[in-house]
Amino acid sequence: MNSDLFQEALVAIASGVSTTLMLITTTAIVGLILSTLSAAAKRSGNRFLRAVVITYVEVIRNTPFLVQLFFIYFGLPALGIRLDPITAALLAMIMNMTAYTTEIIGGGLDAVPEGQRDAAQALGLKPHIAFIKVILPQALVVIYPALASQIIIMMLESAVVSQIAVRELTHQADLWQARTFRAFETYFVVAMIYLVMAVTLRHLMVLFGRRFISASIT
Amino acid sequence: MIEFTNWDILRNLLFATRWTVALSVVAFVGGGVVGLFIMMLRISKRKAAQRFAAAYIGLFQGTPLLLQLFIIFFGFPMLGIRIEAWAAAALGLTLYASAFLGEIWRGGVEAVPEGQWDGSAALGLHGVRQMQLVILPQAFGYVRAPTVGFLVQLIKATAVTSIIGFEELLRVSNVINNATFEPLKVYGFVAAIFFLLCSPLTWYARILEKRANATK
Repeated sequence: MNSDLFQEALVAIASGVSTTLMLITTTAIVGLILSTLSAAAKRSGNRFLRAVVITYVEVIRNTPFLVQLFFIYFGLPALGIRLDPITAALLAMIMNMTAYTTEIIGGGLDAVPEGQRDAAQALGLKPHIAFIKVILPQALVVIYPALASQIIIMMLESAVVSQIAVRELTHQADLWQARTFRAFETYFVVAMIYLVMAVTLRHLMVLFGRRFISASIT
Repeated sequence: MIEFTNWDILRNLLFATRWTVALSVVAFVGGGVVGLFIMMLRISKRKAAQRFAAAYIGLFQGTPLLLQLFIIFFGFPMLGIRIEAWAAAALGLTLYASAFLGEIWRGGVEAVPEGQWDGSAALGLHGVRQMQLVILPQAFGYVRAPTVGFLVQLIKATAVTSIIGFEELLRVSNVINNATFEPLKVYGFVAAIFFLLCSPLTWYARILEKRANATK
C-alpha cells in the first residue's frame, strides 16, 4: 500500500471514529438524563406515568435495535416526520439506551434503603433535592459498572447505523472496502479499532467513576 | 401495480419468521456447545487455556456483531471457501453466542461454593464426573435467568444478519417494503413479530430471576 493511500485510510478512520464517539457520547449523556427521569417517574406513585414507562421499556427491550432504526428512518416519513440520518441514528440510539438504563437506574434506586429518604425528609430537604443529593449518589455507586457496560454495548451496536448511511466508523469501512476490494482486511482492522475503543472507554469510565463516584469502583 | 393486502404482507413476514427462529435455535444450541467448552477453558487450571478463553470472550464481546459477520462472510472466500449468507449467519451467531454463554456460565460455576469442589473430590469425583454430577447442576440454578435473558438478545441479534443477506424477517421486510412503499406498516409488523417472540422469554427470565432470588 503506498503512503498516500495509507494516509487517506487514516483520515477515513479518524473521521469515522470521531463520528462514532460523537454518537455514543451524545447518546450516553441524553440517555442517562432521560432514564433518570423515567426511573423517577416510574416510582412517582402516578399510575399513568408508571404504565407509560413500563410499556416503553418492554417494547424497546423486546425488539431489535436495527428494526427500531429502520422504523424511525424509513417509517416515520410516512407520518410527515423526515429525519436526516444522523438525527435518526441519535434518536434510535437514545431511545434504545434509555429503555435499558431506565431498568438499571431503577434497580439502583430500589437498592437505596427507604430510611435514607425518610432521614432526608426529616432534615427538611425537599423531595427533588433529597433525590438528587441523597438517593441518586448512593444508587450510582451500585449501578455504575452496569451503566458503563451498557454504554459500551450501545457503542458496539451503533455499527448498524451505517445501514442508513451515517458516516461513522463502520460506514467508512464500507466505503473503503468498496474502493479497494479489500473487504476482509478493512473489516478486520476496523473491528480491532472498535475493540481498542471499547477497552479504552471502559478504562476511562472506571477512572472517572473512581475519581467522582466511589473509590471502590472497578 | 399489484395491490398488497395486509394479509399478503403479514403472511410473507410470518414465512420469513421461521428463518429467524431457526437461526436463533441453531445459534443458541451451537453457542451452548461451544460456550460450554469456552467455559471449561476459562475455569481450567492451565494459564494458557484461561488466557485463550478470556481473549476469545473479550474479542466477541468487544467488537460489533456486524463486523464479526462481515469478517466471516468476506474472510472465508479469501481462504478459497465459498460461504453462503445463511452459513455465515449461523457460524457468526454461534461464535457470538458461545462467548456470551461461556461468560455467563463461568459466573454460575464460580458461584458454586468452594466446599462443593472439595466435598465431591473427597468422594472421589474428578474432572467431567465432578462437573456433571455436582457442580453444573448447582450452577444451573444461578444461570437459568441470565441464559434465557441472553436468548432474547440473540433473537434480536439475528436481525443484523439481514445486512449480509440472510433472508430472515428483517431482510424479507426490506424486500416487501420496496414493493409496497408502506414502511411504517411493514416495520410495525416486524417489530410486533419480534415482540411476540421475545416478550414471553423476557417475562420467563424475570420469573426465573425472582425464583432464584427467593431461594438465596
